[in-house]
Amino acid sequence: MRIADRVERVPPSGIRRFFELAEEKEEVISLGVGEPDFSAPWAARTAAIDSLERGRTSYTANRGMRELRTEIADHVQRYDLDYDPDEEILVTTGASEALDVAMRAFVDPGDRVAVHQPSYISYVPGVVFAGGQPLAVPTRPENDFALTYEDLANAGAGDAEALMLCYPNNPTGATMSRSELEAVAEFAVEHDLTVLSDEIYAALTYEGEHTSIATLPGMRERTVVFNGFSKAYAMTGLRLGYALGPPEAIRAMNRIHQYSMLSAPTTAQYAALEALQSCGDEVVEMRDQYDRRRRFVLSRFDEMGLDCFEARGAFYAFPHCGGDDERFAEELLRQEDVAVVPGSVFGVGGEGHLRISYATGLDELRTAMNRIERFVDGR
Amino acid sequence: MDDRREILELLLSNAREDTTDLAQQTGLDEATVEECIDSLEADGVVRGYQAIVDWSRLDEEHVQAEIELNVELDRETGYDDISRRIAKFPQVASLRLISGDYDFAVSIEGDSMHDVSRFVAEQIAPIPEVTQTVTHFVMETYKERGVSFGEKDDDDRLSISP
Repeated sequence: MRIADRVERVPPSGIRRFFELAEEKEEVISLGVGEPDFSAPWAARTAAIDSLERGRTSYTANRGMRELRTEIADHVQRYDLDYDPDEEILVTTGASEALDVAMRAFVDPGDRVAVHQPSYISYVPGVVFAGGQPLAVPTRPENDFALTYEDLANAGAGDAEALMLCYPNNPTGATMSRSELEAVAEFAVEHDLTVLSDEIYAALTYEGEHTSIATLPGMRERTVVFNGFSKAYAMTGLRLGYALGPPEAIRAMNRIHQYSMLSAPTTAQYAALEALQSCGDEVVEMRDQYDRRRRFVLSRFDEMGLDCFEARGAFYAFPHCGGDDERFAEELLRQEDVAVVPGSVFGVGGEGHLRISYATGLDELRTAMNRIERFVDGR
Repeated sequence: MDDRREILELLLSNAREDTTDLAQQTGLDEATVEECIDSLEADGVVRGYQAIVDWSRLDEEHVQAEIELNVELDRETGYDDISRRIAKFPQVASLRLISGDYDFAVSIEGDSMHDVSRFVAEQIAPIPEVTQTVTHFVMETYKERGVSFGEKDDDDRLSISP
């Protein structure tokens, strides 16, 4: 069977090989998992159960239940984001669907989309699947992996049509301050870029407040913000996300969404509604626990003499392993049964780093860090 | 959250954490962590450290009971006087004055139902101020101090994911 060129152009995921290696081993401690180790708050789960018991198993409005959109509109005001639930919010099947739909809505064949790197592995394939051309914009450790005006200019992002942005960032854990974002906004306005801002880790910001680029002057009309319930509410498997944007952007995205997904899962929408209404304390509790683990991991890397970027958001540490990251990760897995993800799978600038997820219980984390220390000492 | 409160939260979830681990998680130095713990103990905030035990997993009998206790006060005797007398028995695991239909809730632990019954009949009921006891034997414990006693869930997430 003939496979479409744009699919053939995307190689299999770089993490696939490590997944298979890790699966071969029986007693692996995995620090390679990009999802919370907590379960969704019980109140959210009971809301999902209740919705099923009541037989609420039909499609909802394409854009999502109005009650949920209204709640989302209230919720995002904590980030100074002000969106109309009727015109400017689309509920999607995870933030991943929002990303896919946005790429298809805003990228024409041949359009260039700037993607800062290292970053989440789905952005570049998302651009390619939409027929666009990804343009890698490396970020640098000396700038704390924040995206700068110079990074964009040097990579030729001024000729791109759109910019993909993700802060707090997977895999580095980097965040961007308001002033740093202002420089990016200035570049976007100067070069008339559409900005797709994945802010799924916004609630997991440990130092400072999360700033959305959409709140900066001249940005609201050119930005679509993605968020969802997977990370903050530990609801990965329920697949629920949302997009915020100006009416014409949401209308365009909904046109694709209504013909492909129709509507996000109804059960998950009820869980999300309850999560927003009553699970704020659980989010804070989970964030506090991640924060303690973050400090623990950073402190342990410091003790081992492994240079580690001080992540301020998400739940990843991004140490420099001082050489071939794929080989380091593979040997660590073979010798010490600890699975981590090599930084190079996250694109340019990730080489020589490892992504360590601390979304793992502290006891396991402690054992894993001891094993990494033994491995580093033995090299 | 202040330092003392943060240390307290960590000790509540695992009292066996050592000072080094607590320091690494909180970003405090070890001396500060030790000072916090010392002050929590000295101020009587932390009264002790105990394991949370699922007795049903041991091969020996262990019986727990919750006693509802009603008392009658007089001019010379208050709740505190009665509580002092009851709390001294080693069989009494906890003693609380509560609002509602009865005055004290008493948790008793013993090696057998007979032990517990005899203790209530011979030591608690005869206290002059005690007017009524109702004994509830614990048949199964599902959750204790925030810890569920069910089977532990396996981590069935993908070992590597984006």
